[in-house]
Amino acid sequence: MAEIGIRALHKAFDGADVLKGVDLTIEDGEFISLVGPSGCGKSTLLRIIAGLEPQSSGEIWIDGANADGVRPSARNLAMVFQSYALYPHLSVFDNIAVPLRMKRLSALERMPLIGRLMPSRRRAERTIREDVERVAGQLEISPLLKRKPGQLSGGQRQRVAVGRAIVRQPRAFLFDEPLSNLDAKLRVHMRAEIAQLHRQLKTTFIYVTHDQAEAMTMSGRIAVMIGGELIQVGAPAAVYDDPQDIRVAEFIGTPKINAFPARVRSDGRLEALGHVLHATTPSPAGECRVCVRPERIELGASGLLSGTVVHLENLGSEAFVHIGSAGMNAPVVARVNDPSQLPAIGAAISYGFAPEAIRAFDASGKRIATSVPSRIERPREMAIV
Amino acid sequence: MRALGRIHPWSAVRHVLLLAGALVMLIPFIWMLSTASKPQTEIFSSDLHLIPYHFALWDNLKIAFAKADLWRYLLNGLIVTILIFALQVLVALPAAYAFAKLRFLGRDVLFALVVFCILIPPQATAIPVFLLLHKLGVLDSYIALVLPFTISVFGIFLMRQFFKTVPDDLIDAARMDGISEFGIVWRVMLPTAIPAVTAFGIFSVVAHWNDYFWPLIVLNSEHLQTPPLAVAHFRNNEAGTNYGPLMAAAMVIIAPLVIAFLFAQRRFIEGITLTGIK
Repeated sequence: MAEIGIRALHKAFDGADVLKGVDLTIEDGEFISLVGPSGCGKSTLLRIIAGLEPQSSGEIWIDGANADGVRPSARNLAMVFQSYALYPHLSVFDNIAVPLRMKRLSALERMPLIGRLMPSRRRAERTIREDVERVAGQLEISPLLKRKPGQLSGGQRQRVAVGRAIVRQPRAFLFDEPLSNLDAKLRVHMRAEIAQLHRQLKTTFIYVTHDQAEAMTMSGRIAVMIGGELIQVGAPAAVYDDPQDIRVAEFIGTPKINAFPARVRSDGRLEALGHVLHATTPSPAGECRVCVRPERIELGASGLLSGTVVHLENLGSEAFVHIGSAGMNAPVVARVNDPSQLPAIGAAISYGFAPEAIRAFDASGKRIATSVPSRIERPREMAIV
Repeated sequence: MRALGRIHPWSAVRHVLLLAGALVMLIPFIWMLSTASKPQTEIFSSDLHLIPYHFALWDNLKIAFAKADLWRYLLNGLIVTILIFALQVLVALPAAYAFAKLRFLGRDVLFALVVFCILIPPQATAIPVFLLLHKLGVLDSYIALVLPFTISVFGIFLMRQFFKTVPDDLIDAARMDGISEFGIVWRVMLPTAIPAVTAFGIFSVVAHWNDYFWPLIVLNSEHLQTPPLAVAHFRNNEAGTNYGPLMAAAMVIIAPLVIAFLFAQRRFIEGITLTGIK
């Protein structure tokens, strides 16, 4: 159980800034995900928290104590690695027992031959056995205790790695992309298990992932990191719905948010692809981008914009229509909730979006406020789809 | 004829060449076995025959064991090679770990020096090392036989290349679990590197079991002599021109290596391919 504070953290590798001043407070018992594209510095941040990597400047506080210079094991954090990092020559039992043996046995007691003769070691081994068996039962890996990691499947290795982490009852858990090596189905399953584990243990979880779906589904808060900076921290729904930066808007959500080239007119109205939108902004006139989530794009004859269908993705429960439009680099993606109502590829189609769905960003990518004028000039165009 | 017709001519040539090469390698050993099995009269007879008319291997062995203390030489060889290998591992593993996995100032320069040291022939440093051992007053002892070889640059290089392939996550996990850096070397790296250590062990043991040059320089006492030296000694003083017992003694002395190789054969080849691909 620990609150972890990150203060003005900088890290440079060979002159290249990997972390550019990260400030974050992780609450006791919280499940927070650090999410961002690969190379954004999230794993480095996690390794600095763990003590495996020294920072260039800044501080890490764990439970109100400065952790700088404290050895990784003394920080009493547990880490689960992407490659699981199980000791290949040890059985599952011994893998899980390692952190306990290191903590509870003296150097003499750990000696290969002499240690076995010591009665104190025998006593300690008994409690270690109990703890390992309890954790194995909890994770349902009891039948595997005698096997070597090489004889386990990916999901089983994952459980053993988690077992090795929880057996020592650490103050916080650090997960470094633990599900990346699993197949898609197992990943979804393990997602639920890890979330369940968090509810059970009520310990601080810091979870690094590049998969925004993992971050969205498991965590209480997500911290979006891009280019060595924390861009936005908040509840998953808030980050999804209210992105403060176009990079956050584009990173969170699949398929990607649609970005229309647009501009702010001198009267404050937004104009996208030559069409004046029913939205105003207090921002100064100039180039901007108007972003709309795929589920907010409405297809129908009354839409303001038009294009041709270039691709269809039918997922069974829902479908995505890709629409090529003049003036757009990438196709506009629209979600259709009823896949039986799909247009044909190559068909001309009209589409639009409600002004409330607009998230506008200025030329530098920062969010700009938009509002829908209260005076309704004409009936909403999108009423009929 | 049909079966032969299907053999590709190049494949046949290839096998003939390989067989010829194998024969060149094997002939000295076959000759040794043949000579060891012949009585003195047949060894110097003018007709060339591999299989002796009178099988005299047991007699030759009996003479060899009677004339020289072969058991003592074998024991010396065992003590020296095992001591050398154990100390080499003790030095090479931590050094290789540091070179492969730790970041410190001047690491690459130091490693370049290590690689450079592989190029220096042991004969070049023999006289300074001899003088050093003389100053230490340890000439003509096991220490003189073992000490100069405790740091094996080849071993450091080989193990470093192997450790490079061990994932960093494993080491980080060990650090999180509270294992010290030396603990990581012996508890994590050594067990994962057993094939490489075995390969290195075979190189080391073969090289020092068969070493003739160094023991010849530093030893005087009969009771410390290692197997190759013993054989040579045998020829000069004890057996004279009696080649039968000499070859029988040579056979006894290479036997442990051959037997050990047969047992470790699979590991040996594993280790070599392992270092070959990485």
